[in-house]
This record gives sequence, structure tokens and C-alpha cells, in this order.
Amino acid sequence: MMTRRWHYVLFVVWVLALATTPLWASNYIVRLAIMIAMYTTLTLSWNFIGGFTGYPSFSTAAFFGLGCYAGALSQRSGVPMVLAWGIATLFVGAFAAALGAIILRLRGHYFAIGSIGIVEVVRLVVSSWGSLTGGGDGLNLPLLSGGPNAVARIFLAVMIAIMVVTFVVTVIVDRNRFGYGLRCIQQNEDAADMVGVDTTRYKVIAYFLSALFCGTVGAAYASWIGYIDPNDSFSIIMTIKVPVMCLLGGPGTVLGPVVGTAAFTLLEEVFWANFLDYNRAILGAVIVVLIFFLPGGLLGLSYRDIAARIAKPHRRPKTAS
Amino acid sequence: MSTTILVTDRVSRRFGGIQAVDDVSFALKQGEIVALIGPNGAGKTTLVNLMTGVHRPTEGHIRFQDQDVTGQRPFQAARRGIARTFQIVQPFPRMSVLENVAAGALFGGARPSVADAKAIAREQLEFMGLASMADRPASALTLAGRKRLELAKSMAMQPKLLMLDEVNAGLNASEIDGALRIIRQIADRGVTILVIEHLMKVVLSLAARVLVLHHGQLIAEGETREIVKDKRVIEAYLGAKFARRVAAEVAGG
Repeated sequence: MMTRRWHYVLFVVWVLALATTPLWASNYIVRLAIMIAMYTTLTLSWNFIGGFTGYPSFSTAAFFGLGCYAGALSQRSGVPMVLAWGIATLFVGAFAAALGAIILRLRGHYFAIGSIGIVEVVRLVVSSWGSLTGGGDGLNLPLLSGGPNAVARIFLAVMIAIMVVTFVVTVIVDRNRFGYGLRCIQQNEDAADMVGVDTTRYKVIAYFLSALFCGTVGAAYASWIGYIDPNDSFSIIMTIKVPVMCLLGGPGTVLGPVVGTAAFTLLEEVFWANFLDYNRAILGAVIVVLIFFLPGGLLGLSYRDIAARIAKPHRRPKTAS
Repeated sequence: MSTTILVTDRVSRRFGGIQAVDDVSFALKQGEIVALIGPNGAGKTTLVNLMTGVHRPTEGHIRFQDQDVTGQRPFQAARRGIARTFQIVQPFPRMSVLENVAAGALFGGARPSVADAKAIAREQLEFMGLASMADRPASALTLAGRKRLELAKSMAMQPKLLMLDEVNAGLNASEIDGALRIIRQIADRGVTILVIEHLMKVVLSLAARVLVLHHGQLIAEGETREIVKDKRVIEAYLGAKFARRVAAEVAGG
């Protein structure tokens, strides 16, 4: 399809823009690009369960935090860095698959509450298990040598690579039987069951996919920053921000999470720079307005309609654009 | 033609204190059209739910093609070739009509690729007279259209047994005639059909055999012309007036 191809082209352009930031932008922007790539991976991951399947999951921070700790602990026990990321990925994936088999029996709001509870439970376990995790003191990791600029470039490449892999998995899911089944579940789970979709298995796989790469970026983040603690790793803000980003862009689409993450980060930067005291409040209000008036996200808008309305100004537009 | 495809063996289902289906045994033969009738709350839909795996029988067994399928889940029933339409239509509302039907083809028995499933879906829509609506969202269809969509989706699953739960409820006379024609064509393809109906006109014109359910019990079973004369059936469901009219029709025609 034409629109799909355009989405892929836009993604490639975006990847190039992020990847070349060290050549043309300040260190601050490079750091921002790393965070955008990381959050895009988280949002693309959430999209599997929250977008395609329509299950409002709030467990992103649990997966990310477990990834941080699994990676950090592996590295501290002498495992090479990249291998530690692999271990973190597998650990978080296995955790999500086991957990999904239990909590995906819940539907709708109950699932949302259950999934948010997991973040708290995991955070409490990690902060109380001081002998293993260092508790509230956190953990230090060996820093890469070469100075902050070189390290930033390495982690920019790593985060972008993980983002691209997640995007490719999203495209594959979007185009085959599995994605089709997830959409059926999202629209009418009973009817999906009746046409032969193994709904439980599909949901568990979607939940597994929504966790897998969160584990990878968590571990990579830990290696990049060099220090993790429970509050930073299992932050409730992250668990809310990721779904909001996806909803802003367009849940259940391939490019929506990418667009949403970019747009949200941009807004955050604008409000952070200009309204130091009230930025969170303003951001909150903006989120509410966007979710109310853009239920399908930025990609859900019919830009042809908007163009038509702009061309004929006597008809007042209904959508805030 | 007369091989048995589905057997229920003393099947019961209780919901708390309510005995929804009580000790029901019957068999369906391959390729026949059987009607399941009875008053509201007789347990007709529950019986269908038992056969499609939505509920598990509290007692008894169900066999499909000589295989015990008592504890199956709905998606397993679908893959085995047991399809059903819902009394209250269950589309995927934001998918196009074509995508709805393709879902049936994609996850039903044969499991083709997405592209092949869409081709099968197009064929089915042609057959159902819905081809012009293929790219509209399912929510844009009229009630009659949605019922046909349900049928098309079930047929795309290439079922061996199709259960139609009041596909004609809420349709007008000409829409019913259209639906009857389609159901007959489906039966001609060798699909066994169980119709749940309140409209006796439909039952009389379609089904050779009738099962009558009352308070969860199978109170009568037999050829349609015999059943409409059965005293228990008249008392429980049809009413004396209707029975006289049918008797007059049979005598006159």
C-alpha cells in the first residue's frame, strides 16, 4: 500500500536524522536523540499489547527496570556488556511471558490495574532485596572509556539499532496473520475466539513482545548512565508517558509510536524550556486535550479533510489541527 | 450422506440454581438442515454455546466427527469446522467488510495466507451479495447486511457444521427470502446446518427435522410435519391456533 510505503520512508528519514545528530548538533541534542530512540523502542513495544491488541498495559516501567537490573547485575558478575544486554532481554521476556499467562485473564480496567501493580511490586522487591540489588543505594556499573562524547555516540548507535529492530518486528507483526489476530482481539475478543483465534496465546505473545525490547533498552540505559537505583529504573512517570506517546501518535499503527514519541518529546522540551515552574501542569493539560480531540492519534487524522477545510475557510473545522 | 457428524450424549449445563440445558441427547447427520425451536429461555443458545465451546457442559459428552470435543475452547471448535453466527451480531467494527470475512478464512480450518484469505473473502462476499460493500467499515452495514456479514464470515471458515442463531430475527419478509435462499445454497454445498428459529415459516420451509427444547429439555424430535402436530410441542410452544392452521395447510396442499 502506498501510505504504508510512505510510513517506511518517513521512518528511514527519521533514523538518519537521529543517527547524524553528533555531526550537526550539540551534546544536549545528541543526548535527546538517545532518549528519543530509547523511548521510541518502549512505545513501539507498548504498541504490541496496547495498540494492536487493545489491552491498556502499564507495566512498561517494570520491564524497563528489570532490564536495567538484569543487565547491571550480569555486568557486575563479569559478563561482557553486550552479552549482559542479551541476558536482560531474555530474562525480561521470560518474566513477561510467565506473568502474561496469569494477568491476561483480566480484561479492560482490571488488566490496567493489575499491570500497574506489577511496577510497584517489582520496585518494592528490588529495593528491599538489598543483598542482591544494593537496595535504595542503587548499583554502580563500569563506565566505558573514551570520554562522554564518544560514549554518547556509541549509545546513540545502540539505541537506534534496538529501535530499528523493534520497528522491523512491528512491521512483520503488522503484515501477517499474528497482527491480524491481534486486531481482531482488539475489536471484539469473543468474535475473535469464535473465528478461530487462539486469543490467550496471542495475548501472551503480544505481552511478551511488549516486554522484550524494554529489557534490552533498560540494560543498555544502565550501561550508558553507569548508575541505577529503584526509583529511577521503575518510574511511574515512564509507565504513563509511554502509552500517552503511543496514543498521541496513533495506536495500532506502525509509525504512530514513532511520531508520538517525537511529538511528545518536542512538546516536553518546549514546555520545559519556557515554563520552568508549570511545565508538568501545562504538559498534563496538553495531553488531556490531545487525547480528547485526537482519539486516533496524529496518524488517525484525515489530512485530506483538513486540507479541504483549509481550502474552503467558510466551513468551520471540527478538529483542532 | 447419512453419516453422523455431531452427537450430544446426555448433555447438561447448570448456571447456579438454573438448569439451562437438561440431559439433552441428539445426533446431527452430515448435510442435513435441522431446526432447533422452543420458547424464549428454553436453552437453545446455551445448547449452541455448549457445542461451540463457549460453555463447558456440567455433565455429558459431545462428539464431533467421532472425536470427543466436550471440553474444547471456541477457537478449537472453529478450527475443527464448527462455525456459528450470533443472535446479536458480532462484527469487528472498525475493519472493512472484506477484512471481517477474511478473518474467518484466515483463522478457520484451512489457515491460508493473508492474501489468500482476502481472495476467499471476496468470493464469499460475491456469494452473499455483499461485494459492493467490501471496502466499507462493518459498522456501515444495515442489520440485514450485518447478518449476512456474520454468515459470510462463518462460511469463510469453511465449516462442516454451521449453527445459525436467529439469523432472520429483525429482518423484513423480502430480506428473509434472500436469507433462506442463501442458507439453502450453503446446505447444497454439503454443510450441515442447525438453525435456531422463532419463525415457523422458516422452519417449515428449510428443515426436514426439528428438535424442540423446553425448560432445557428435549421434549420432541422428529420430522418437521410430524412435530407440528405433536401435542407437547403445541402446548409448550406453537399454540393451538397455529397447529390448526398448519394442519389445514397440510390437508389443503
